[in-house]
Amino acid sequence: MKSDGASKLKSVLAGGGFAVTAECGPPRGANAEIIHRKGEWLKSCVDAVNVTDNQTAVVRMSSLAACLHLLELGIEPVMQMVTRDRNRIALQSDIIGAYSLGIRNMLCLSGDHQSLGSQPEASNVFDIDSVNLVHAVRVMRDEGKDMSGFALNGAPEMFIGAAENPFADPLSYRVVRLAKKIAAGVDFIQTQCVYDLPRFREWMRMAREEGLTEKVYILAGITPLKSAKMAQFMATKVAGMDVPEAVIKRMAGVTGPKAVEEGLKIAIETIAELRAIPGVRGIHIMAIEAEERVPDLVKAAGLMPRPMK
Amino acid sequence: MIVAKQKPIAEIKEMLRPYQKVLILGCGTCVKTCFAGGEDEAATLGAALRLAFGQESKSIETEELTVERQCEDAFIQEAAQAVARNEAVLSLACGAGVQAMARRFAKSVLLPGVNTTFIGVLEKPGLFTEECSGCGDCDLDTFGGICPVTRCSKRLMNGPCGGSKNGKCEVSPDIDCAWQLIIDRLTALGLQGNLKRYIPAKDWRPSLAGGPRRLLREDHVI
Repeated sequence: MKSDGASKLKSVLAGGGFAVTAECGPPRGANAEIIHRKGEWLKSCVDAVNVTDNQTAVVRMSSLAACLHLLELGIEPVMQMVTRDRNRIALQSDIIGAYSLGIRNMLCLSGDHQSLGSQPEASNVFDIDSVNLVHAVRVMRDEGKDMSGFALNGAPEMFIGAAENPFADPLSYRVVRLAKKIAAGVDFIQTQCVYDLPRFREWMRMAREEGLTEKVYILAGITPLKSAKMAQFMATKVAGMDVPEAVIKRMAGVTGPKAVEEGLKIAIETIAELRAIPGVRGIHIMAIEAEERVPDLVKAAGLMPRPMK
Repeated sequence: MIVAKQKPIAEIKEMLRPYQKVLILGCGTCVKTCFAGGEDEAATLGAALRLAFGQESKSIETEELTVERQCEDAFIQEAAQAVARNEAVLSLACGAGVQAMARRFAKSVLLPGVNTTFIGVLEKPGLFTEECSGCGDCDLDTFGGICPVTRCSKRLMNGPCGGSKNGKCEVSPDIDCAWQLIIDRLTALGLQGNLKRYIPAKDWRPSLAGGPRRLLREDHVI
């Protein structure tokens, strides 16, 4: 089922709707069943589904292929692309190809360093960075030219996203970088998962003061915790994550299925808080191999029905 | 300077196994400064190898010599007779020195005794750090004298990435986030404007990506 229109995610956001996106990690193998199963869980509870690009520097089914599997299910994908593994030639070529196949949204990232992944002996590319990638896609879309200035026979009209991490350092500069991404041409931002609400509010305040929330749609990241161990792991082992002590303590007070429930409860409370922050235009749920829990979360957060028309 | 690290003795031993008479050729410039291949290291390595092979009842004759620089013909010539006397040369120079020797002595076996690691500085006694990748197009003016090509693990021109935490890189707590350093320094110098500037995709042609490079100085050609 090929999408022949424009990005539905864009129309939801442009129409003033509060968008819900979710992340779907492709399988570590050629079994497309897994992507179909995840797609079925997410199909009726989100507006679009992000497909990660070898996240955490672990080899998985390519983002482009997994996006096509979702398209076949009638789901609108957001193709993630990292600059770690491909040079500018391969990136542009894949973007053009993806658009021709019906992909309308993409997310431009640098990617986790390969030393953190399953093949640390690999070399990386990093020919360009994520801001350069945003810029390249915008020029392809708006001017119909590739990075060499060549006039393309058919421009990829992508809705362009990027990530921001309000919890990485230095905080004061995070908004400067966001402004840089906006100037480069980004349309929407999906943030790293929010556990530290005060810091997120501070970042949003700075973004509002600079007038950035008028220029970009910000979707706040949500990852429901499953256990105290997971909270601890996220706090200490995941690049760019910030889990406050209070959240870790709260998770430590419960075990087993009760912990899963507590994690959902925290996520629901966080979503309610996020919706009240001016400039937050949606949420992006990264369930990390627990996509089956996303429908319950979206329902409990009062964000159904989906996808929005 | 070029920083190098001597190869493990076991690896060197295996390389030398086929030979009876070996010249251990030190280099008196960069690798001497970083304790990998000067006179002292050549002498110590020679003794260690004789001892190691002796324990296996294999005899090996080593001769140690150090020239000022193995990357320049004028200095390499000093080693010509010693090279001719031996079956193989274990060069303790950087990769450029090893190759310069190989080019000069076409009939001799040249073996590398060190792993050439990076262009760096002596940050404090015993600590060498990488500072430059020789990308061929220096932009240190933009970045406050701190090189993102070399010192940011992702070579970001518009950093920092989302993995910067407490001034450290996501790759290791031992690595400073180059972008934190750049931001701090530009701020201290009152050059924050540089941080707002979009830095376009880098042209890598002047770097190794454009193929092996050469520098021709017409004014010095004889």
